[in-house]
Amino acid sequence: MTDASLWSIFLNSALINNFVLAYFLGICPFFGVSSKLDTAWRMGAAASFVMLVASTCAYGINLVLNAVGAEYLRIISYILVISSTVQLVEMLLKKLSPATFRAMGIFLPLITTNCAILGLALFQTNKGYGFVQCLFYAVGAGAGFALALVLMAGVREKLDLSNVPQLVQGTAAALIVAGILSMGFMGFAGLGR
Amino acid sequence: MAIKQTTPTDEFVKGLWRDNPVFIQVLGMCPALAVSNTAINSLAMGLATTFVLLMAGLSVSLLRNFIPKEARIVSYICIIATFVTCVDYAIMAISIELHRALGAFIALIVVNCLILGRAEAFASKNNPGRAIMDALGMGVGFTGALFFIGVVREILGAGTLFGIEMFPDGYQTWTIMVLPSGGFLAMAGWLLLVNWIRQQQDEAEKRAAEEATT
Repeated sequence: MTDASLWSIFLNSALINNFVLAYFLGICPFFGVSSKLDTAWRMGAAASFVMLVASTCAYGINLVLNAVGAEYLRIISYILVISSTVQLVEMLLKKLSPATFRAMGIFLPLITTNCAILGLALFQTNKGYGFVQCLFYAVGAGAGFALALVLMAGVREKLDLSNVPQLVQGTAAALIVAGILSMGFMGFAGLGR
Repeated sequence: MAIKQTTPTDEFVKGLWRDNPVFIQVLGMCPALAVSNTAINSLAMGLATTFVLLMAGLSVSLLRNFIPKEARIVSYICIIATFVTCVDYAIMAISIELHRALGAFIALIVVNCLILGRAEAFASKNNPGRAIMDALGMGVGFTGALFFIGVVREILGAGTLFGIEMFPDGYQTWTIMVLPSGGFLAMAGWLLLVNWIRQQQDEAEKRAAEEATT
């Protein structure tokens, strides 16, 4: 168990070690859905939600696995339990709050098998966070993911209007933008720890 | 692909260039960028991924008639996760240092979209022999791409290759290249080069076709 304060955990996962720009997790949706601001927002919100659910699940699973001494089952049980829980939550959401469900829509199942989710679960296990610390870590990671996505979408909307050489268009341009964004996030490195 | 008869060699070769997983299909980007800060890390990651690709491709192909269609994705994920766990423990046994350098990214091979993508798109429809060739080709293509990114980042960022000094003393290292943003930039650079070569090839083919018709 580490004794890092909750605020520094949040800052750490949201800005200093941003999941997308410092750990390269969740790159696929980062490039895939970051072409419009509107979808980027929703994707970010849905991902934050799934991260919270996944973090809670992972904490529980880890307790059980440690209790029975089956740590080698960690990867396989994380991915199965997390994806089925998200599916369950999706059904519940559809029943209880159709408006939220429509807003998140297709993104929920897409995010489930995203590496950011599994990465979050594995990192929090490696760091040995307690339950409340896990929750803050997950919220921070979600916020950081959403922030990166929205920033990227903003840049790409402008980029669409400018005259980019044909060779650079598409993924290469997105990668260069991401590289510059990531450089910007390096500025947060002195914030805490 | 099922209609057109291709030789096993074709399945192997396509992963190297025409359908290169990293540069052309842009799959499996997370590990490609995250652990490619040195050449040795990227080689290890590439080999680990190739092993999982190979074993998962083989298993899925062998079991393709037994797995019910509705539960196929879940079954594939189970198969992949099993082999990833093996690799994780194997690397830990071989070199604890390497395991520390790669960190959670070995476990994250599970969610590498390349592996699930090949299992779903190729191995589930083809016999084991072809699935193995396909997985090998994709794996080698992936390893190669990772290696190229890693080499650039290590030479520029640390001035070394496989830990051996490459430059005389006065060399100022580009620290940015070993940091996260260097991953994006190195990858963008290779992508530009690949795009340019492909553009040249396309134009050459078009010219050849025009000459053939006139």
